[in-house]
Formats: sequence, structure tokens, C-alpha cells
Amino acid sequence: MGVAKYIKDERGAIKEVVYQSGIKVKPAYGPEDLEKAGFTYEKDLGAPGEYPFTRSLHPQSYRSRAWTTRQYTGFGTPEETNERFKLMIANGQNGLNVAFDLPTQMGYDSDHPLAEGEVGRVGMAIDSLKDFETAFAGIPLDRIGSGLTINAVATIMMAMYQATAEKSGYSKNQISTTPQNDILKEMIGRGAWIFPVEHGVRLVGDSIEYAVKELPKSNPVSLCGYHIRESGATPAQEIAYAFEIAKAYIDNVTNRGIKPEDFVGRFSFNFNVYGNLWEQIAKFRAARKLWAKMLKNEYGVTDKKKLFLRGLFGGGGSGLTKEQPENNIMRGAYYALGAALSGAQTTALCSFDEAYTIPTPRSALLSLRTLEMLMDEVGLRDTVDPLAGSYFIETLTLEMEEKILEEMKEVQKWGGMVKSISNGFIQRKVSRQAYEFEKGLQSGEYRKVGLNPEGTPETTDAGNEKTDVELHEYNEEWAIKSKSNLKELRATRNDKEVTSSLTALEKAAKGTENVMPHLVKCCHAYATVGEMAGVFRDAFGEWNEPDFY
Amino acid sequence: MKTKNKIRVLIAKPGLDGHDKGAKIVALALRDAGMEVIYSGLHQTLDQIMQTATQEAVDVIGLSIMSGAHLPICEKLIGMMKEQGLTDVYLTVGGVIPHQDIPKLKEMGVAEVFPGGISFEGITTGMNKLFE
Repeated sequence: MGVAKYIKDERGAIKEVVYQSGIKVKPAYGPEDLEKAGFTYEKDLGAPGEYPFTRSLHPQSYRSRAWTTRQYTGFGTPEETNERFKLMIANGQNGLNVAFDLPTQMGYDSDHPLAEGEVGRVGMAIDSLKDFETAFAGIPLDRIGSGLTINAVATIMMAMYQATAEKSGYSKNQISTTPQNDILKEMIGRGAWIFPVEHGVRLVGDSIEYAVKELPKSNPVSLCGYHIRESGATPAQEIAYAFEIAKAYIDNVTNRGIKPEDFVGRFSFNFNVYGNLWEQIAKFRAARKLWAKMLKNEYGVTDKKKLFLRGLFGGGGSGLTKEQPENNIMRGAYYALGAALSGAQTTALCSFDEAYTIPTPRSALLSLRTLEMLMDEVGLRDTVDPLAGSYFIETLTLEMEEKILEEMKEVQKWGGMVKSISNGFIQRKVSRQAYEFEKGLQSGEYRKVGLNPEGTPETTDAGNEKTDVELHEYNEEWAIKSKSNLKELRATRNDKEVTSSLTALEKAAKGTENVMPHLVKCCHAYATVGEMAGVFRDAFGEWNEPDFY
Repeated sequence: MKTKNKIRVLIAKPGLDGHDKGAKIVALALRDAGMEVIYSGLHQTLDQIMQTATQEAVDVIGLSIMSGAHLPICEKLIGMMKEQGLTDVYLTVGGVIPHQDIPKLKEMGVAEVFPGGISFEGITTGMNKLFE
């Protein structure tokens, strides 16, 4: 049943429950469990808004402010995306989370041969600042913050965002952007990497350094346990690996002579709410506590606000099924409940049709309404951390903490995250787990409603399923339009400015100077994403993935 | 049709999409089912896939496509296979493939389609059937 292991007796009663992170769950919990675990209120919880923040980052949590909703949005050309952004904002969404198409994510222009068939397909196509200006036209960039889901070329998109804001009359001090910018995660799962590990990490370091100095309201990195979990990691590994990745970025930036205190407060996180409800809640509570403890004890961070694990806790796509897709609406609601009970500052849901393709406006709004119901109808804003003090939840939170630390120690034993990814240890471990989990799903050991009702493989033949949900359609015209816009841009821009800004970028990339100010200049000159990424490709080369067997 | 003792399969990720969990777990499953499996790694061009398939003398190419671009990619690869004489190799495709696209892919010359949600057994059986 579910993603946990349930061992039953001959009459079907549950004898044993083991969560994915490896924690055995008892039939009942009492005060003796807390005593055995050495639980104390001051040490393990603290008041809401107080160190170690297990309960909440803010004393009043959702009473003072409901969560930010940020549905992942973007497709086609910037015009289509702008329209959808406005629809979501008009319907109460208070942040953006921008989806880019694969050519943009991989640093190719829309007219590159490798972009064929992909322009505007899984996100919007961006070639130059012109496209960014269109995508964000009429969006109040001083009030609406934007997550930019891009990694290998996140530095370029951060520069685009700043340049767009400047062109529309905002100052770089007013804008708030959170590029995903977590390249090490991308090498474990999701796969939109370009450059070798050390250069990838250097670009992340450049963006953090730049944000510290120039973009006071932006958060240059969103550490994504989310995709690591989607790739097959357990909930404990999801947190552990994200923290070990964070340590790799911290090392890069401190080597530039910047103190952790000056930048760790700018990190944000993106975590997954897929799986067993209780395990998720314990995971988030343990993660907030461990992050604060680690920054305080290992990095000497003292300012309370800089110890916050701020993040988007969102519904996981791998929980959705193609079979009986409407079931995903209910699944999303339960994931969102988990996120709310965990005190997520920001949230989003995969829409119910996303097992097929990117969402229609109807399904995206359904997700938004689901999130609203929790805050405005059901009572999740009433009181802070309502599960605190539960014998079960507090015991589980302590056990989760132990499991996360164990997983972190394993990575340290392997020589840290950069090494573990370079030699493929993590990727192999996670893929192997994904395989074992999938086998369990197919054998009926794990249960997914609507997918394996009898637990027989025959019922999972998705090739025979009938879909009657309306689906988002890809439009070939988007690629044609992007290409013709690009052609026009190349003919009308100031070539001299483009060349000189790209030459300066090349010099910075090949040396140690921060690339960010040069990227901003390139963007203002209407250099294309492909041109800027091309400079990086020449300077850094591309990553060779380690074997996964 | 030809019979085989040990089927050699190239699991390949064409194009720019990096979602490789499906490709990797299918590679592991086919290997456990007794096939020889080569995994291409990410971001492969169709030229690279053709080259690996030829060099490794595979019997089947299994493309894993999540981005929605399965129709143009398969069409192009089939053209290249015909052009370059790789006609004794079967092309199969798996991933996020809408039901209504399966007949189109088959018509194009794709030997088998394995949409997301299909069991490992379904894939192994489908692959083996090609050689019965």
C-alpha cells in the first residue's frame, strides 16, 4: 500500500509498516517513545519562529501570511506565456514559476538544428531579451517574484530578468527572482546539464556572489531535493543530498572570501511532497531543524533569519498516474495538505493532466483552487504547526533527523557531493532504487490507486487506456514564429555591441572574473541565449556523464 | 523475422530532454530479463544514436522520449535507418506517448510502442515477440 512497505498477516491485518527512508512505524505511540528518544521541547522544537525552527520559521506562520502559490507555467512563445501568467495572477496566484523549453534550458537558440521539434514544447522559448520583455510585459516585477526553472544557463536567465526589469523602469534592488540554478541536482536527476561539474559549480558561485552584491531581494539558488526524489531517492536522501549539494556551493563561495553569514540566507529550497503523508511532514520538520543547526554549528551563522530553510514544498509529479487521471486531482489535494501541515512558505501542484503533457488553463486553475481551499476553507491558517506534540509525529521527526544525517555521512564518506556525482555513485544508487521501487509497484507490493488495483502487472498496460481528458496541444506555429523573430532580431540589433559584450564575456569565462555583469551587458545588447551559452561551451567544454551501470 | 539467443538493445535518449529515470530502469529491467543492454547516456543526436547502433550491432533501438517530440524524432530516425541500411534493426519507443499517437508511430515503421505505465513484463514480452 502506498509507497511504504506493508507486511500483512493472513487475514489482511497490517503487521509491519516500513517507510521509504527505512523507519519502522509502530501501531501506537505514547509518552514513553518521546522519553526513549530523549525528546525535549526546548531542544527539539522550540516556540514557533524560534531556533531550531522545527515548528515554523515565523511565530504566527499562516496567520500572518498564507503561503505563496507558484504554479509552474510556460509554453509556446512569450506571448502565450504572458497571457497564461496574467490569467494565473488574475486568479489570485501571487508568484510566478517560469517553465522554459528544452532548447532554452540547454543553451540553444530556436533555429539551432538540435532545437528542432522542441521549440516552445515543454516551456516557453527564449532567444533574447526581446522575448523576456514580451513574457513579462505588464507584470508588476516589484510585487510579483519569479522562480526561473533553469539550471545550466541560470546565470543567463538571471541577467535577462535584471535587464528586463531595468528596461521596464524597475531597479535591480526592487526585483525578486529565484532561478533554480542547482546544477549538481541536475546531474543526479532531470538531466539539463551542459558544462563539466567544476564549471557548473563555478557559475552557481558567480551568481551567488553577484546576488549578494547587486540583487538584494533575489535568491540565486533553489536547492532541489524535488528532482532527486523524483529520480528515485528516498525522502531522507532527498533532504540529505540537497544539504550536501548546498555545502558544495557554500564551499565555492567562501573560497572567494565571502562569509557564509553573508549569503546562506539567500538559499531557498524546492522539495517534494510525494509519498507517505506522515513521513513527508516529519521530513520537513526535521529538515528545517537540521539546516538551522548545520548553519549555526558548522558555518558559524548567527543571524536568526539566515538560518531559515525557506522553500517551495510542492506536489510530486511521480505520484500522478496516467490511468484514471482525474484521481490525480484528489492526490494533489492530499499532497497540498501535507505541505500545509509542514508549514510550506511556497507551494505548487502538478496538475492532474501532467502525466500526459503540460496543463491546460482549466487544470492549472484547479490546482490553484485546491491550494486556496486549504488556506481559506478548511482551516489550515488557524494555528501554527498543529501536529506538534503528537507522540507519533515528534518521534518520527527525530527518527527522520537521524536518517537524514546517516545519508549525509555516506556522501561525506564518498568524498562529498562533487566527487560522488563526478564518479556516478549517487546516480547509480538512485537509479537502482528507482528500479527496485518500480518493480515493487508492478508486483503490487506498493499500491497506487487506479494503477494496480489487484496488484497484477496486466492491469498496468497503459497502452490500452482511454483518455477523455482535454489535453494541451502543441502548436507547430510557435517554432516558426520564434525562428522568424530571431531572424529579425539578428538583422536589426547593433552587431558591434553584441560582439564586444560577448568578447568581454568570453574573457571573464576563461578567467576568474564574475560572468554576471558581462551577461547583463550581453542581454541589454540583445545577444542570444545560444550566443552566450556558446561562449561558455567554448570556454568550459561539456560534461561527460559517468557510466550508470 | 529472425530469432535470437540474446537480444542486443540500445536504450537511447534522443534530443535535449534529460528525464532519464525511465530509460535507466528499463535498461536494468531488460538486462535482468537476459538481454544485452547498452545505454546511450543523455542528449544524444540521432547521428550519434545511429553510430552507436551500428558500432554495437544492436538488434533493437529503444528510444525514451518524454518531451512530446516522439513523432518528429521517430520519423527522422526511421528515414536515417532506411538511408543508411539499418533495416534489420527494430525501432521501439517508450515514454510519455499519448494513446492516439501509437497508430501513427506504427504506421511510420516503429516496431513497438511502450507508453509510460506499461510493465517491465510488457516491454520484455513486446521485445521478445519481435524475434519470434
